[in-house]
Amino acid sequence: MTTLYTSDHEWLRIEGDVATIGITDYAQSQLGDVVFVELPKVGRSLKKAEAAAVVESVKAASDVYAPITGDVVEVNEALAAEPALVNSDAGGKAWFFKLKIADKSELGGLMDEAAYAAHTA
Amino acid sequence: MVARETSPLKQTPLHALHLARGAKMVPFAGYDMPVQYTAGVLKEHLHTRSNVGLFDVSHMGQLVLKAKSGKVGDAALALERLVPQDIVGIAPGRQRYAQFTNDDGGLLDDLMVANFGDHLFLVVNAACKAEDEAHLRAHLSEACEIVPLADRALIALQGPKAESALAKLCPDVSSMKFMDAGPRRVADIDCFVSRSGYTGEDGFEISVPADKAEALVTALLDNPDVLPIGLGARDSLRLEAGLCLYGHDIDTTTTPVEGALEWSVQKVRRSGGARAGGFPGADKILGQFAQGAARRRVGLKPDGRAPVREGAMLFADPTSTEPIGKVTSGGFGPSLNAPVAMGYLPTSLSALDTTVFAEVRGQRLPLKVAATPFVPNTYKR
Repeated sequence: MTTLYTSDHEWLRIEGDVATIGITDYAQSQLGDVVFVELPKVGRSLKKAEAAAVVESVKAASDVYAPITGDVVEVNEALAAEPALVNSDAGGKAWFFKLKIADKSELGGLMDEAAYAAHTA
Repeated sequence: MVARETSPLKQTPLHALHLARGAKMVPFAGYDMPVQYTAGVLKEHLHTRSNVGLFDVSHMGQLVLKAKSGKVGDAALALERLVPQDIVGIAPGRQRYAQFTNDDGGLLDDLMVANFGDHLFLVVNAACKAEDEAHLRAHLSEACEIVPLADRALIALQGPKAESALAKLCPDVSSMKFMDAGPRRVADIDCFVSRSGYTGEDGFEISVPADKAEALVTALLDNPDVLPIGLGARDSLRLEAGLCLYGHDIDTTTTPVEGALEWSVQKVRRSGGARAGGFPGADKILGQFAQGAARRRVGLKPDGRAPVREGAMLFADPTSTEPIGKVTSGGFGPSLNAPVAMGYLPTSLSALDTTVFAEVRGQRLPLKVAATPFVPNTYKR
């Protein structure tokens, strides 16, 4: 299992041909208290860089972009019911959605943990 | 992120204290201001409703209006030429909400006016203070001296324990009622104190000399009930209280009637009153008092969980193409644990419980017209 990161502060956990996607702890710390999350519909085909989900704090709404191309195979309904999970467990229970990876070569453009740590330093 | 070093942002006398307290700073009305501290907007909001929040609002403009005759009544009569409120009727030691109007009946700014016995004390919005001062000079210079108090900070102390927190430093504040205002000694500092605020909670606003501001705030923050609160929670608190934010919910294109601020225009300035009219835009505004206005500011409660924010267009039904109005403030209300908004609708669609639809990310979300304040206020009348 590999974890990769985008410059937009999303993480991807790769297991076989499925990527689980969330936002990083750094991202949640910048957003502040999350009060609403809107998730994509299961079955939706997302293109890389397309707005896929929305995360809203008390003050503002932010888009979560699809880091890679793929079909949505599962969404985290528990997160929609309890958006504050983003603040308490961004890298774990607060995953947003899972994509069936369309093109594994797109993963090559993403950062590993060390590169992401340098990006947010 | 904002490149603060390249923009000449002004600082309030409490700037260093904000940084020391871990504030996240943002530019606001030309000032580098705390949007939140380490607790975050949600906790800061809830703390204010349950304990006491301390807000630095030193960016706001403070002005003295003093009649050259020396009589406060002459300053009041002069100011009535610029606002539709009864200023003459503000008793010494009392304060009132007012608006500067323009010739179209729109609002140049909203402000607080206090009678300090021999002069009036005005508090205006930060973004408008230069224009407000120029406006006062242009129209009232013959009758009045206009003195901006640039060397004073302004602090708001808001919440159910605000009285007990401030009374430790000034026992006299316990006898003040909502909208009482005047000079008080607080922690041996000469201050102006009013029992008012912008959160819907009981509380006080304290004008303090800039060089004493940090000492006063430090003394107030020594009380564990008191937490510093940023502009983020200030906005969510005032939204839940149904209070207008100038430049958003009211502006030069909205009249007091359209803005649902009729309550702020006393009968003496309305048609048939002893000092009816005589302010800019009086024909339009008094005409709307008689005949009604085509649109009206209303409270809006989204049916779902999604916040509906400023700028969202409003529609009569899920499919119509012509918008009927617009959201002017909107977000999440932490005390309600639900989204809340304000906006303008045609008066015919402004009745309570009317359902309208906001367009958010390509979807039409239902909202109901709702009474404001969304959270009951707790003023000490």
